[in-house]
Amino acid sequence: MDDALQLVASSRRWRWSLRLLHSISGAAWLLALLCLVFSLVTPDFLSGANLRNVLLQGTILLLLALPMTLIILTEGLDLSMGALLSLCTVVLAVVQIATGSILLGFSAALLAALVMGAANGALIAAFDLPPFVVTLGTLGAAQGLALVAAEGRTTMGVAQGLRWFWEGSLLGVAAPLWMAALVWVAIHMLLYHTRFGGRVFALGGNREALRFAGISVKWSLLWVYMLGGACVGLAALLMTARINGGHPTAAIGLEFDAIAAVAVGGTAFERGKGGLSGTVLGVLVVGVMRNGLNLLSMPSSVQVAAVGVVVIAALWVDAARGRS
Amino acid sequence: MNSAVQPALDAPRGTQLSPEQRALVLRLAVLGLLGLALTLASQAFLTPGNLLNVLRQASLMFLLASGLTLVILCGGLDLSIGANVALSACLAGTVIQGTGSVLLGCAVGAGCGLAIGVLNGLMVTALRIPPFIATYGMLWILHGVTYWFMNGETIHGFPPAFRALGSGYFAGVPLPVYLMLAVLLVGTVLMQYTTWGQEVYATGANTEAAELSGVPVFARRLAVYAASGLMGGLASLVFLARLNSAEGDMGESLTLQAIAAVLIGGTSLFGGTGTLVGTLIGALILTVVLNGMNLLSVSANWQPLITGVIVILSVLSDAMARKRHGG
Repeated sequence: MDDALQLVASSRRWRWSLRLLHSISGAAWLLALLCLVFSLVTPDFLSGANLRNVLLQGTILLLLALPMTLIILTEGLDLSMGALLSLCTVVLAVVQIATGSILLGFSAALLAALVMGAANGALIAAFDLPPFVVTLGTLGAAQGLALVAAEGRTTMGVAQGLRWFWEGSLLGVAAPLWMAALVWVAIHMLLYHTRFGGRVFALGGNREALRFAGISVKWSLLWVYMLGGACVGLAALLMTARINGGHPTAAIGLEFDAIAAVAVGGTAFERGKGGLSGTVLGVLVVGVMRNGLNLLSMPSSVQVAAVGVVVIAALWVDAARGRS
Repeated sequence: MNSAVQPALDAPRGTQLSPEQRALVLRLAVLGLLGLALTLASQAFLTPGNLLNVLRQASLMFLLASGLTLVILCGGLDLSIGANVALSACLAGTVIQGTGSVLLGCAVGAGCGLAIGVLNGLMVTALRIPPFIATYGMLWILHGVTYWFMNGETIHGFPPAFRALGSGYFAGVPLPVYLMLAVLLVGTVLMQYTTWGQEVYATGANTEAAELSGVPVFARRLAVYAASGLMGGLASLVFLARLNSAEGDMGESLTLQAIAAVLIGGTSLFGGTGTLVGTLIGALILTVVLNGMNLLSVSANWQPLITGVIVILSVLSDAMARKRHGG
């Protein structure tokens, strides 16, 4: 009997399917459970319009969560993303209104995001500073700049053409979905099919080995945070189109949803383990959770607290897994 | 823990001061220069009324930053204290108005802070979640709970006996200043002259070494988070008494300011070094900067930017100093 069991367990196919089951667990189970519960308690959840809404709302979050995955894989963190995204909506709106050109407005926002991302990366890589405090500092800086640039108000009156980036569609697929999908593919290629991607994993899992191999980790770290900046710049285009203007606190706290998505998606905070597909599932989990609670007319405060509880639970599971 | 070795190394240079004392003198000099510059820039700065105001603000910031100092000393971080202040103040305010009992309200505020601190400590020690992310998650949970609890409303108008805690005077000096001095005294004695304090330093300097030499690391780490939470709860009472009102978003800018005060004060984010006196000077420097901006009619919109830059510069100088000393 025991022999038979051992035989089954050691057969490759069985082990493979066990691994598959194991990899599905976590985010996917949670997503399935949430969808089941919400479709039972509210009839609106499973409607086509609502599901489309969940996907659309998830695009901006995905644009932040994808680079956040890479940052967390390097044992880093970027708390400044939400404030930076808010700053970029203000920059985009102000420059667009001043020049009349969407391209110039977008370029200015992208530039601002890249500069802040580079500042994060440079401080963290060159001086070996703790990422969470550096990005907490740049969070304050970005928030302050946004408030000063916008004088604390909403910047209104952007060109109507900008709205296409949120409401328009191409070949029957909504524009934000195109952008999210393209960025996902690009970052997937970068992480899994380039030498840079390998270094990202090694930065978290085995930084000492990289040092001994004489590979400079500083540049890779800088690029990771600049990638975060670039994605925030792209997200600013969607965000500005969505709120039809710029606002200095438009995306405050969105970095927490991004971190939540990464944590729920199974990326570990210390050890360089995890990946992008988990994060995509994590984004859906966070999106579905917020959407479902919203349909149940729970205020956003309850949604935030619920996301917080899920994050802590995910980290607990992660820490327990790391110990065993 | 390095401080025991450093003076011997530096002694031949002819200075009597240890590096830590030098750092304190340096910070006092910065404070003096800031004061001088502001005296020249604004007539309103060097008036008794304004100085007392600065002292009161600094006391509030110190109360909040004192517990955080212990956490950072111990190699951790508490990002939830601002949100802790908001929830504790809202609960205390509601209880005071609901029952009319100031004492019960204070107990609820302090108890809420302590409970949050213990939860943070358990997440970091028992669940082994990295401190910055555990307390960051806690921040958003507390924000959510506070907003839900307040439902967008503001509570204001408290009995004079309670408001004295924040805006009263004794012998011409604001009451919070006495609170600050009491916390400073008790905290300094605890940290410098008891085994408990030395064990906290040892845990922050090198957790593994401390554990191997028999320091109850688990208990010390749990205790510093509890202390930070309790100080958040106490600070919330003083804030509540000072503002005479409570609302959901009251603590939002405080976390960054408290961290800035601790870091300016010379406590190292890498653990193991720093003092409460340093944090007091850090709180004074930050308050003078913010007060100066106010006197020179710089828009409050600049505050997060300035505070953020100060945080980055302090961490940077901390890291450079460590590199110089080969740490």
